[in-house]
Amino acid sequence: MKLFHSLMAAGFIAAAASGPALAIDISGAGATFPYPIYAKWADAYKKETGNGLNYQSIGSGGGIKQIKAKTVTFGASDAPLLGKELDESGLIQFPMVMGGIVPVVNIEGMKSGDLVIDGPTLAKIFLGEIKTWNDPAIAKLNPSAKLPSQSIAVVHRSDGSGTTYNFAYYLAEVSPDWKWKVGFNTSVEWPVGIGAKGNEGVANNVAQTKGSIGYVEYAYAKQNKLTYTKMVNKAGKTVEPTSATFQAAAANANWDSAPGYGVILANQPGVESWPMTAATWILMYKKPQDPAAAAEALKFFAWSYENGAKMAEELDYIAMPKNVVDSVKKTWAGEVKDASGKPLYAMAR
Amino acid sequence: MVDVALQSDLVEAYGVAARAKAFNRLRGIDVFFVVLIRAAALAVLVILGGVIISLIDGSLPALRAFGFNFLVGERWNPVTDRFGALAPIYGTLVTSFIAMLIAVPVGLLIAVFLTELCPMWLRRPIGIAIELLAGIPSIIYGIWGLFVFAPFLQETLQPSLIAVFGNIPVLSALFAGPPYGIGILTAGLILAIMVLPFVTSISRDVFDAVPTVLKEAAYGIGCTTWEVVRSVVLPYARLGVIGGVMLGLGRALGETMAVTFVIGNAHRVSSSLLAPGTTISATIANEFTEAVGDLYSSSLIALGLILFVITFIVLAIARYMLLRLERRIA
Repeated sequence: MKLFHSLMAAGFIAAAASGPALAIDISGAGATFPYPIYAKWADAYKKETGNGLNYQSIGSGGGIKQIKAKTVTFGASDAPLLGKELDESGLIQFPMVMGGIVPVVNIEGMKSGDLVIDGPTLAKIFLGEIKTWNDPAIAKLNPSAKLPSQSIAVVHRSDGSGTTYNFAYYLAEVSPDWKWKVGFNTSVEWPVGIGAKGNEGVANNVAQTKGSIGYVEYAYAKQNKLTYTKMVNKAGKTVEPTSATFQAAAANANWDSAPGYGVILANQPGVESWPMTAATWILMYKKPQDPAAAAEALKFFAWSYENGAKMAEELDYIAMPKNVVDSVKKTWAGEVKDASGKPLYAMAR
Repeated sequence: MVDVALQSDLVEAYGVAARAKAFNRLRGIDVFFVVLIRAAALAVLVILGGVIISLIDGSLPALRAFGFNFLVGERWNPVTDRFGALAPIYGTLVTSFIAMLIAVPVGLLIAVFLTELCPMWLRRPIGIAIELLAGIPSIIYGIWGLFVFAPFLQETLQPSLIAVFGNIPVLSALFAGPPYGIGILTAGLILAIMVLPFVTSISRDVFDAVPTVLKEAAYGIGCTTWEVVRSVVLPYARLGVIGGVMLGLGRALGETMAVTFVIGNAHRVSSSLLAPGTTISATIANEFTEAVGDLYSSSLIALGLILFVITFIVLAIARYMLLRLERRIA
């Protein structure tokens, strides 16, 4: 008993000692796509400042619901909210990090970068209009490749996802048929193919199924050693998916053209631009219920913008360009305020 | 003596009071106990009622928007907010049907073997193996299905099905290619494996309940094992077997994870069993997290309501059958 008591006492003292460090925990919920990098940033941030991040990767839809229910300090979404919706709910939105989406294929004898595809052809494959790999449309783009007569097995996401949103948005940009028949959203009515859950599900199904094509975040294609294709971009140039081409797409984007930086990076101009680049956004209240927590969250985001680029690169994400970061910080200073109207970001610094 | 008498009076008086007190205390505990168990029993009804009410409440927007078309519409389009539940309902029923088609005969055969033919030393190992099969988490079946079973089917069973039935009118539509590996048939086969232990263990128990006298009498007049099983055991245990089958069906209808992995998750009603499809629970599991918009979430909740109703009917039938069997045995 005595030992038990002293153990209890020791436990209480330990808890009390670690109390101050645990006092601040930033809470957020939403998109699954940026979860690995948020977790990595949070880990490094905690080591440096002692403040933790509690991020639940429940999906973009869930993130939007949670921030609207005010159960979290910030929400995260892969699909941007429209300006009208932001104004109605008193939210601000800013992009946090970017990634690339790549088509992946499983064709006997093909290696990464061997196959070239353009937007309209990709749309036709996913519409089910191009059914075999030796279709003239594909052959025309790959004059020297040996294409099998195999039928194409389309693999898509079965769960709603920001990846699908960005992929379908791109297809709608380049193919009027896709825009009219399917459109774009976090999940769509797929004309053909099989659905798999998550990036890892699509990656696995493509790896398993001969003659298949799918789309995944670049990091998944790389980690699973899947065969990705090259793409023909808006400028008509053939580009390979690399951090350089993703960055080119971001640099060429006009971030002020949509409220809340809600620019979809699909099909951006520029000879170097990868056509399927995607950003992911953070949602916060302009007048947060808990100003102290919001200020801490902004501090974390500012830290991540400044120190997170290298970690992002390690995980195959792309950091936001400096001009966007500066503009986002101006937005914070100008719009996020406590009840008395004092800006929280300046306060945080 | 006087002292003793006085004392015993005292003891008696004290004893009566103590007894009354003890009785009161016991009665108090008893009342408390009765209230507690009633509350526990009522809690089940309250929870069930709460689930039904919240399902109906949640699905009202979808049912109001689409009405009866929700049940018969095939389109499931989150972009234009048009939802119909036909594809998931079809997938749920067809995969469960395939599962039962395989699991029921195989399960019955195993049960007959275990109760009538199996040597004593082999009974326990086989019985334990079946119970272990029931204990494997469904996610394991799903992963195994995707990584091992589906590629196997894609390379062996499916191409031969397409080749063999390719020229037969109805069957060619049922087994039309291409062989994806995953699809309605694969989901049905995985479900069959998952349902098998339910059918087997319940059938074994009801076969064991057949009075030995009946069986020995049948053997006594010269019946073969086949005749005993067909004319004595099966008729006697019929209702119990049906009850077990219904419980298995209940599991097949609601199974989520394993099916999500191998069914292909496509909102289409196709005549081919090799084509990808979807089930109610797979659709909910896949889409609920990212369902943005009231009508979308509401449609998913309405799917849940439909599954609830289907499962409720199946389980009610099962209960009824088992109840009748118990009465007969009594």
